[in-house]
Amino acid sequence: MSARGGRGAWLLAASPLLAVIAALAAGAVFIAGIGENPLEIYALLFREAFGTGYGLGQTLFRATPLLFTGLAVALAFRAGLFNIGVEGQMYLGGFAAALVGAYVPLPGALAAVAAVLAAGLAGGLWGAIPGVLKARFGAHEVINSIMLNFIAFSLVSWAGHGLFQTATVRTREVAAGATLPRLDTLLPAMRGAPVNASLLIGLVLAVAVALLLFRTRLGYELRALGLNAPAAEYGGIAIGATQALAMGLSGALAGVGGTNFVLGYKHWFELGFTGGAGFMGIAVALLGRNHPFGVLVAALFFGALSYGGLVVNQRVPRELVEVLEALVILFAISARPLLERVSRRWA
Amino acid sequence: MIALLFLAAALRISVPYALAAMGSALSERGGVVCIALEGLMLNGALAYTLGAYATNDPWIGIGCALLAGLLTAWLHAEATVRFRADQITTGIGINLLAAGLTRFVLVQVFHSSSNSPRVPGLPPLPIGALARLPGIGDLLASPLVIATIVLVVLVQLLLFRTVFGLRLRAMGERPEAAASLGLSVLRYRFAGVLLCGLLASLGGAWLASEQHSFTDGMTGGRGYIALAAMIVGKWNPMGAAAACLLFGAAEALQITLQGSAFPSEVLQALPYLVTMLALAGFIGRAVAPRADGIPFDPEEH
Repeated sequence: MSARGGRGAWLLAASPLLAVIAALAAGAVFIAGIGENPLEIYALLFREAFGTGYGLGQTLFRATPLLFTGLAVALAFRAGLFNIGVEGQMYLGGFAAALVGAYVPLPGALAAVAAVLAAGLAGGLWGAIPGVLKARFGAHEVINSIMLNFIAFSLVSWAGHGLFQTATVRTREVAAGATLPRLDTLLPAMRGAPVNASLLIGLVLAVAVALLLFRTRLGYELRALGLNAPAAEYGGIAIGATQALAMGLSGALAGVGGTNFVLGYKHWFELGFTGGAGFMGIAVALLGRNHPFGVLVAALFFGALSYGGLVVNQRVPRELVEVLEALVILFAISARPLLERVSRRWA
Repeated sequence: MIALLFLAAALRISVPYALAAMGSALSERGGVVCIALEGLMLNGALAYTLGAYATNDPWIGIGCALLAGLLTAWLHAEATVRFRADQITTGIGINLLAAGLTRFVLVQVFHSSSNSPRVPGLPPLPIGALARLPGIGDLLASPLVIATIVLVVLVQLLLFRTVFGLRLRAMGERPEAAASLGLSVLRYRFAGVLLCGLLASLGGAWLASEQHSFTDGMTGGRGYIALAAMIVGKWNPMGAAAACLLFGAAEALQITLQGSAFPSEVLQALPYLVTMLALAGFIGRAVAPRADGIPFDPEEH
């Protein structure tokens, strides 16, 4: 990436787009392999995902958790930390929201505020653990956050013995005041789609993360840590505390993401509700190049794939969408070093 | 007798863990973090099922599993070693790819989104009267159990008693020094990852053979437990196998205690807790090879 390499730099900036195109092309081979027309399937998929009010609402609903998990991964990544524990942080966030929403009697919308904050707190504390362990013992946050995912699943299963409704794997319904309203109450065009106020919280947080990263002292310190930790330490940044804080904030974002399902959709916590949204957050952050607004676009793309995949399921198995998602990750992650090499030669 | 049965159960459970954990020890000793174990195992399990289903011969199933493991690992190596892509993200990508791809194939081939039809498992070894030993007889007759025990020793020797092993470890500690001696970092790292693919897919094949079918997501996080065992075993094949036996015992205990008042979730979480303690330095220091996870760029050296 040299200053002269205008063409190379431009190529690099376009690398997420190239990864998406490459993945769609590879997916086209699969689609053609089972005797369908790839262009027709893709056109149908995206028309359904964006073309109608209901479809758009579904796409937005599916994009919402990805927006949160993408932001969570991106924020940690900016500080040079890899948070793979987003799945577990979101899981615990949703669980905390469900418990506070169901068992803490608060008047009106205050119940919803408390439940959302509980989600952020639970996710944040869980996320801070690998950050603290890294700061204190130098233990690798990647492995610890993977381990904490599984511990979170076990923890909730254990707590669920006394909490889950008889013969189900879900908690009691939250109080009416703790629910997040659906957006179709405001936008009748989206009638029936489960997109809810959790999306609005996510949008506000995307802006907040952008401001934090690029307009505050803390954000500057986070990014300095991510770019060059020894230099950041030399510059007087308390590395350990900043790492723990970054992981905590990242976990809090993931935790609040649990509200989309728990407070906005089902109104209860259910075992396995995150369904891989945490891991997809890595893809979202990768494709969004760890920028909050890039994350937003990437979340929309994956949300559209997710809903569109369901719609075309009769002609192409929706499992294909999972393959596409994975291919996007693999192409995006390989494209950058590859393009860097190309642009180095051009420069 | 009960102790023997318990040990047999623990050993049986730890077979797939041990195979995958040994694989990741080879990969990481060579400097490539492999969190793709889950995907490698899943692809191995499906390939075994397809092979055994198509030919009714479990050994062809094993061959297919090894081939699938090799191909999946090759993808991992291309991305991480040749293109120097981030190893952790690549691993996650491979795991997601395997989850989607196996489901896709399951639907396409068997027209079911949950499981395959019954396929033959591996036949017992002809060990005569030994097979009638109570508790452990059928275990001794199981070809993959014996193979795993032999492999643990072989992989340990390969890594620490051969020129190849010494060079592989050099790629994980100081690749620049190895490169300056004229060794190809790329070739050795590829070898480490590909061997990992072979071993992990064998672990997957064992699962499908034991169960006589493939079910969606049948690895159920075992790849991550194997990764944890490898860390607790301090990146040594023997140590990893011992940790697998420990984790297998915890799982066997969980099955034994089912229905009792003891919360099984504690045992479920045990491997992960032990790993975190090991990483924090409470159970001896678990330190990764120095260059583990760092892509090697020959143009920079």
